[in-house]
Amino acid sequence: MANRIKPFSITRLPGFTAIAMTAFAILYVPIFTLVIYSFNGSQSVAIWGGFSLEWYAVAWQNTQVQEATIRSLIIAASAAVIATTVATMAALGTTRTAQFKGQTLIYVMINQPLMVPEIVTAVALLIVFAVIKVATGYTGLAYLILAHSAFCVPFAYLPIRARLEGMDLSLEVAAADLYANRWQTFRRVTLPLALPGIIAGSMLAFVISLDDVIITEFVKSAGQDTLPTYMLGQLRRVVTPEVNAISTALLGLTILLLTAFFLLTRTRD
Amino acid sequence: MPSSSEDLAETARVRRNWLLSTPALVLLALGAAGPLLIVAVYSFLEAGEYSGVEWRFSLDAWFQILFHRDIFDDTISLADAHLTIFWRSVKLSLLTTIATFIFGFPTAYFIATRAPKQRALWLFLITIPFWTNLLIRTFAIMEVLRNQGILNTLLMKIGLITTPIQILYTDTAVLIGMAYVYLPLMVLPMYAAIDRFDFRLVEAGYDLYASRWQVLRRVILPIVKPGAIAGSILVFVPSLGAYVTPRVLGGGKNMMIGNFIDLQFGQGRNWPLGAALSMVLLVIVGAALLAYVRVSTKENPHG
Repeated sequence: MANRIKPFSITRLPGFTAIAMTAFAILYVPIFTLVIYSFNGSQSVAIWGGFSLEWYAVAWQNTQVQEATIRSLIIAASAAVIATTVATMAALGTTRTAQFKGQTLIYVMINQPLMVPEIVTAVALLIVFAVIKVATGYTGLAYLILAHSAFCVPFAYLPIRARLEGMDLSLEVAAADLYANRWQTFRRVTLPLALPGIIAGSMLAFVISLDDVIITEFVKSAGQDTLPTYMLGQLRRVVTPEVNAISTALLGLTILLLTAFFLLTRTRD
Repeated sequence: MPSSSEDLAETARVRRNWLLSTPALVLLALGAAGPLLIVAVYSFLEAGEYSGVEWRFSLDAWFQILFHRDIFDDTISLADAHLTIFWRSVKLSLLTTIATFIFGFPTAYFIATRAPKQRALWLFLITIPFWTNLLIRTFAIMEVLRNQGILNTLLMKIGLITTPIQILYTDTAVLIGMAYVYLPLMVLPMYAAIDRFDFRLVEAGYDLYASRWQVLRRVILPIVKPGAIAGSILVFVPSLGAYVTPRVLGGGKNMMIGNFIDLQFGQGRNWPLGAALSMVLLVIVGAALLAYVRVSTKENPHG
């Protein structure tokens, strides 16, 4: 046949696939470039000087980076534990129950950090903590942990709530029928079933805390840089591939946690 | 008395639900919502001489948002510098929303029309940048935009330009950066809208001799509208409050509201003005969210 006609596809819209491919390229080219240049042997982030792990070694040996990393991990772990604990309790109180008075208010309060611009919360915490710091003289990490725990709550809450809502109530009824008391039912039935949601929620909270820049920048006292605020400070100067190396390491950690998160929350077909 | 034991059980259940929610509420009240009230109070105080506030009631901060009083002859004029910053913030946020729609709609459509098995993978590719540190992504796009970056290198290689064009530290850089970092926020809700779509409707459209354009306009666009509205809110709101992206890509001069608020607490030494500006930003964002809730409940009264 001389003129073959492409089969008519009802879902095809002209140009859409090309634009979608461009979008994926736009999303990934900068990230790949950043990762590639973290292995750059030269001083510059622009000129390629051969493959080298030099900048990972530089970052590893930089005491500021070491301290910031440890600080970031302490804050993220504390915030994840606190946020997940209170979020689990709140999720137990607000799911699988008939509508009760004030339920909407609880939802609004829990999701509030997702709605208020971060810069506004940052400024608010700066003001309040400045007063407390002067009054008590305490300038430790507790302020950062409190602030991080608070904005991590909705991220921990949502996967836990989703998990609880998908749970079969009859299992708990069966436990009660078998003379398990409230606590035993919770400990032996509800908690193990909710566990994937709780782990997923705590991982999201951890990632969110680890990535935070704005609130940390405003709340931290002198010498309390986390990895992101340290990087923000570096971007003002001449940037070396050290920043690429730190970014790549953080990126790797994020992808690892996210993959685990998706495997945990995946619904089995 | 009708079923008092049921009433008692009901009361106990509600009390238990509230008790379980209390720790989360206390944490949020201390670490997020409560301090917002202090910001409202601070916006009505006088600025302290070096920083902080004097505890005297004053409307100066609210006045200063739009007007400027000359310190020598007390004449009042519009604060041009402030208006420039507001205008830039609104303009860049709107342009960011449009740019993310232009790229986001075809991307969401592309993913939703893949075979079900492939969709999860394409979605995962959108989610990775979404969860990647905002600062890292901003830094990544900064490397692309700089004078020796790959964008300029590419443009010079293909001969479109002979010398690098300065993109970094301009409004354009902030726009490109925000569109880049917020693109997933447009794709995800639009995908959710198209994913549920029954493509037999499109088939019916073609059966009735509709052209591709007519199908797009009359069948597909009405379906994606709720997703597009949700995506626009999700992009517009953080764009308006953006701080990191304009700070890194815009340099010191091309401030947006977020950076301007920051300035009042730093060099500007005008905490009440910073607090008043924060309240303004909060009200605009609140209005946008409220409008969204109104529209979405009208569009979909059962959902």
